[in-house]
Amino acid sequence: MKLITLFSSNWHPLLSSVGTHSMLVIISVGLGIIIAVPLGILLTRKSGAAPIVLAAASMVQTIPGLVMLGFALVLLGIGRKPALATLTVYSILPILQNTYTGISEVPFAYTDAAKGIGMTPMQVLFKVELPLAVAPIISGIRTSAVYIVSWATLAGMIGAGGLGDWIWTGLATYNTDYILLGAIPSALLALLFSASIALLERLLKPRGLRRMS
Amino acid sequence: MIEFRNVTKRYGRTTILDDVSFTIERGQFVVLIGPSGCGKTTTLRTINRLIEPKAGTLFIDGEDVTHQNPVELRRKIGYVIQQIGLFPNMTVEQNISVVPKLLKHSRAECEAITRELLALVDMPYEENASKYPSELSGGQQQRIGVLRALAASPPIVLMDEPFGALDPVTRESLQEEVKRIQRKLKKTIVFVTHDMDEALRLADTIIFMDKGRILQMATPEEMLQNPADPLIKSFLGRHTDDEAIAAPKKAEAFMKRRVYTVHENAKTLESIERMRKREVNSLVVIDDDERFLGTVSIEAIKERGKAGHPIREYINGETLTVHRSDDAKEAFDKLLSSSENYVIVLNDDRTVAGIITRTSTAKAMGEALWGEMDA
Amino acid sequence: MRELLFATGEHLLIVALSMIVATLVGVGLGILSSWKKRLGTVIITIAEIVQTIPSLALLALLMIIFGLGNLTMGIALVLYALLPIIRNTQVALTELPPAIIDAARGMGMSRSQRLTQVEIPLAIPMIFGGIKVALVNSLSIAVMGVLIGSGGLGYIIYRGIQQRNMARILIGAIPVVVIALFFDWAMTKIEQRLSTHTT
Repeated sequence: MKLITLFSSNWHPLLSSVGTHSMLVIISVGLGIIIAVPLGILLTRKSGAAPIVLAAASMVQTIPGLVMLGFALVLLGIGRKPALATLTVYSILPILQNTYTGISEVPFAYTDAAKGIGMTPMQVLFKVELPLAVAPIISGIRTSAVYIVSWATLAGMIGAGGLGDWIWTGLATYNTDYILLGAIPSALLALLFSASIALLERLLKPRGLRRMS
Repeated sequence: MIEFRNVTKRYGRTTILDDVSFTIERGQFVVLIGPSGCGKTTTLRTINRLIEPKAGTLFIDGEDVTHQNPVELRRKIGYVIQQIGLFPNMTVEQNISVVPKLLKHSRAECEAITRELLALVDMPYEENASKYPSELSGGQQQRIGVLRALAASPPIVLMDEPFGALDPVTRESLQEEVKRIQRKLKKTIVFVTHDMDEALRLADTIIFMDKGRILQMATPEEMLQNPADPLIKSFLGRHTDDEAIAAPKKAEAFMKRRVYTVHENAKTLESIERMRKREVNSLVVIDDDERFLGTVSIEAIKERGKAGHPIREYINGETLTVHRSDDAKEAFDKLLSSSENYVIVLNDDRTVAGIITRTSTAKAMGEALWGEMDA
Repeated sequence: MRELLFATGEHLLIVALSMIVATLVGVGLGILSSWKKRLGTVIITIAEIVQTIPSLALLALLMIIFGLGNLTMGIALVLYALLPIIRNTQVALTELPPAIIDAARGMGMSRSQRLTQVEIPLAIPMIFGGIKVALVNSLSIAVMGVLIGSGGLGYIIYRGIQQRNMARILIGAIPVVVIALFFDWAMTKIEQRLSTHTT
């Protein structure tokens, strides 16, 4: 009961925070896709570079979010741009890994047949490899989005705005109301992103592959 | 017409194709066969340039294709592989019309092609066109794989062990269908297999390969009558008649090829060292042209040898010899009627072909009586 | 220096204790999930939802319930560690070669004998893989303990952030990353060892 009054009396600023938070996620994951998918494809073509790049990527992932944001704060200062830069770097990694493995695990028989019947390298990529790797790539995007919702709350620390602001204020002032107002919507937002991307994955997965798995 | 002219392919130090030349006439069904690693698949994949040769030229209809755009070349050559490689994200119809679409055929044309081809293998269009590969049986999938290769009506179709993964019954019916289609559409088919039954059933011409070379290129008839190599004979197996086996054996069939030789000018100590290393009591002495001069035994050197003298001084000129095409019985008789332990087998030019020892004789007799032996 | 050593020790201790609890609970729930398929789906879905909740939000919510301190951090770590352990246990147990289970049954083993003598030993490499993922994650998440009054390396990092002092942040961060990479490497080796005996 108390929760309902709490949310109803604050719905206006809260909604704007949800909006900001979503924008942070959409922009950084969007940039992440634009960077990571072509890069992942490129890695499958240059097999020598792949192990190094992927090892570096998984190493970056072991750096705690708090530390990365600390770096951003010291190097880039406070504000939305440093926050977005950090979030984008993080969003790249899962997408990069899944694009790379997704495409390299397309069975040789398919690419061999595609080449053998006279597809150009681009046609092999767009007609065969990418459709067959759609599921792993999207699931990478989903992982990435869930992480970014989480890191975006942390990024409140360096002035990113969004739902993190409520939690940080709540933690700093030991105000339970603020914590609830930030934590519950951010949890729901994460679940919403996860569920809608999962749905997208099912819709985009080529029909012929659906009954195989 | 497909012509290979001195085609060579290497991966690092290993030679996969060793100066291969042959010509395939238009409308022929040619089967490439041989043990694994013999270069048959490499030969096939050289035709549509999935593999680029190190040296040599490939002509199709008299035109050098080594400098043509490989993508355009491949669209004019059908390609079927063992793993089938139907794209799982496309329906049967989409799979069949992949190449026509690449060649910018209209939708109606693609549908017409699909209908026509499905009819060829008795798979009704209405029932099958919109199915996905995962909804078909293995045999049906490979039928579609063959149809996909035929869709742009290429004059040449390459097939890489296309039926290797199918059960025997399905395989046989697909073989018949492919043969029928090939005759009807007058395609040139190049077909890789390691199954001699399949080769004999399908081929107009069989090319037998081993270690990157062509051992024999012949019609099935010819190959059965005159296999050019023991390896081919073993591949033909039960297809060859038993007369050949019952025929009198020649000496060469029983000889060991490993013979330790020494040059006539070699010195005594050097020769003893060589015997010690090889764990033998005598060596075959040869001259500059590797011709047989005789043998030298460790006893002879020990009794009379002087350090630093050439071993030709100690040659035993009485060593038993036979010619490689002599009857084996002659070699055995010589051995048994003397106190010698071996007979040297010679080639026409008196170079050494091999050696028949008492042990190898015993083994041969054992085998004649009780079949293949391990020792 | 002493402060750093102490903080590192505290960090490791919190993570280690949480991992022990998470392993016991996670493997237990994993076994349960492999027996009761319906219940298993429910358990794994809940663990997935918990995993999806942003770490800051989860920590703050837990703080409201359990107050400040190490206990709250430990609970958060356990909750985050559950999913990989439950899932790997469940998958490992359900995907055992049917022939082996059949043989065990045919030899007259009871359900609990099969579990302890055949199924769990075969599933161990994969379960261990789940524990590895959970542990490496936990090392990183435990840094956030500083926000709810728990100890560990997070304190040094957070003070560095407040002072905008890169060197301080690094002093706290490097041990975290190095330890995480070490465990990742070492446990991958052990995992490979284990799986050579079972496959």
